[in-house]
Amino acid sequence: MTTIKKPKLAVWKFASCDGCQLSLLDCEDELLTVASKIDIANFLEASRRVVKGPYDISLVEGSITTPHDQKRIRQIRKKSKYLVTIGACATAGGIQALRNFRNVDDFISIVYANPQYIETLETSTPISSHVHVDFELRGCPINKQQLIEVLSAFLFGRKPNIPPHSVCIECKRRGTVCVMVANGTPCLGPVTHAGCNAICPSYCRGCYGCYGPKETPNTTSLSTWFSEQGVKKEDIVRSFRTFNAYAEAFRKESIAHEE
Amino acid sequence: MGKNNKNTTEKVILKHDHFQTLIDLLKEREYRIVGPTLGEGAIVYDDLNTVDDLPIGWTDDQDGGVYRLKKRNDRAFFGYTVGPHSWKKFLFPSQLRLWKARRDENGFHIENDKNEIRKFAFIGVRSCDLHAISVQDTVFMHGIYSEPNYKARREHTFILAVNCGMAGGTCFCASMSTGPEATSGFDLALTEILQEKGEHYFVVETGTELGAEILLNVPHREAKKEEIHAAETIIKNTSQSMGRTMETKDIKDLLYRNYEHPRWDDVAKRCLTCANCTMVCPTCFCTTVEDVTDLTGEHAERWRKWDSCFTMDFSFIHGGSIRASAKSRYRQWMTHKLATWIDQFGTSGCVGCGRCITWCPVAIDITEETREIRKSEQTHSPNNSIKEGNNNENA
Repeated sequence: MTTIKKPKLAVWKFASCDGCQLSLLDCEDELLTVASKIDIANFLEASRRVVKGPYDISLVEGSITTPHDQKRIRQIRKKSKYLVTIGACATAGGIQALRNFRNVDDFISIVYANPQYIETLETSTPISSHVHVDFELRGCPINKQQLIEVLSAFLFGRKPNIPPHSVCIECKRRGTVCVMVANGTPCLGPVTHAGCNAICPSYCRGCYGCYGPKETPNTTSLSTWFSEQGVKKEDIVRSFRTFNAYAEAFRKESIAHEE
Repeated sequence: MGKNNKNTTEKVILKHDHFQTLIDLLKEREYRIVGPTLGEGAIVYDDLNTVDDLPIGWTDDQDGGVYRLKKRNDRAFFGYTVGPHSWKKFLFPSQLRLWKARRDENGFHIENDKNEIRKFAFIGVRSCDLHAISVQDTVFMHGIYSEPNYKARREHTFILAVNCGMAGGTCFCASMSTGPEATSGFDLALTEILQEKGEHYFVVETGTELGAEILLNVPHREAKKEEIHAAETIIKNTSQSMGRTMETKDIKDLLYRNYEHPRWDDVAKRCLTCANCTMVCPTCFCTTVEDVTDLTGEHAERWRKWDSCFTMDFSFIHGGSIRASAKSRYRQWMTHKLATWIDQFGTSGCVGCGRCITWCPVAIDITEETREIRKSEQTHSPNNSIKEGNNNENA
């Protein structure tokens, strides 16, 4: 009798804070099950053991910010059957994509004592700008339950249940009172992709848009409403320029309010 | 809810300090008592333990996209209108596991979920919501198939209705003929009366035998003529102070005639397709079903969750979403609610509670959208342009 070979998983890091990879280690209760079903073949944050590719599934964290990484992601794509990006950096360019709205050389000269050693790209871009991506898991950081859902779906060849609708639906399903309507707190929930189970509104805070734009986001209508409620232009720009600043809908909306 | 009994319609007076006795009696009968209470800056529906859990002395201010709690200058128990929640959260939970299954060497086994449903006592149901419950009864219980979970929850529910002592800024039940007076679908119905002298009592109407039975053990006395009159006056005043109105004449054909109308483009510019209107609507009943497996592949579950016609997945079939634009999604929702619902279920899907107006983050108003479409017909219709001001000719 032959034993079924476990699928090989690799975790890759690009420009990022490591928070999303940590979500995999955070799966405390499920981690042993993950390890029993999947061969964690390359996950430097967890183990120095590296098994050579090809890999059945690659989880990619981080954005592309250097010429070296531009090449590296292509190599990873070549040796991965499925490539899944995890988090706002890999999916939208991350907080570091704020550089895309300015001249990167200005930052380099401020930050580094010897800027001549720095080799970087003008922009921070999502993985999908460079290679084909099979699935994008949103969030800053990602939700570990959603990560397990994606891995389970992958293992059994089904579609992951990761709905792209608004955060509002999550608020309403859990019975959270709308912070915008009941408190006048500006909230990005109506234009933001679900996945966090509406954490911030459940603590009476407006949504910060960590999961990036939802499907068919009407950012113009929402920011028109913000303006009418007295939110200043620069604050509207700031609200769309966080972890998903370079995601198309948020990028366009922030530019529209820039003076 | 108990059986209707026409002989129990005599109105009685329940003093406010005996309200707790009513709650205690329901508790003794092992009801899970739910009703209005303060939570997260609004009046929500949640478990009630004592009368003090009610939002005593509070009211709400409502308008398109705005809800604010305010203090009243009295100690009214029910001095507010409907909030963000509706009773569907109890009868038709937002997330429900339909079944779970286990896989072993002998195959795949469905395991019965033994989640016992406690019978509910709903405290303070408004007339619009009684109508909404009746609409969902039609959808879930009166068709060819009935929904067993809804039925199990619904059949043993005790309903204490409250006639509205005030209308909210987004209320329009008077237009929809669904309020503000509770006329059916309750076990007991109260009208709250607060007098300047400090008298605080309820005029109680009995709707069912069960209601009469409960009332029997609560101290009460027969209502005097003037007390009944006072209650009627309150309801009349509420009816005349609705924050919104909806002209319902010919509404079905009005919308059928106007599938193509510039107003749909206009509303699409404002609509966030966030689905809040459908989530807060007490009659919206759409769900999605998610099948999940765990990492081992030994367990599977099927979950039912509230869904909305405002999502792309809702109309997704092979090849893509049928209603890809915000315009088509808003039009689908509004025409279903106000027009196709009538063909489908024999009543309007709108009960005039105003929740979709208040809880729309950008204040889209179903009464205004309808009015604008109607208005354009009146100004552009060749029939009506002859006789100016004769608005109902073109029915």
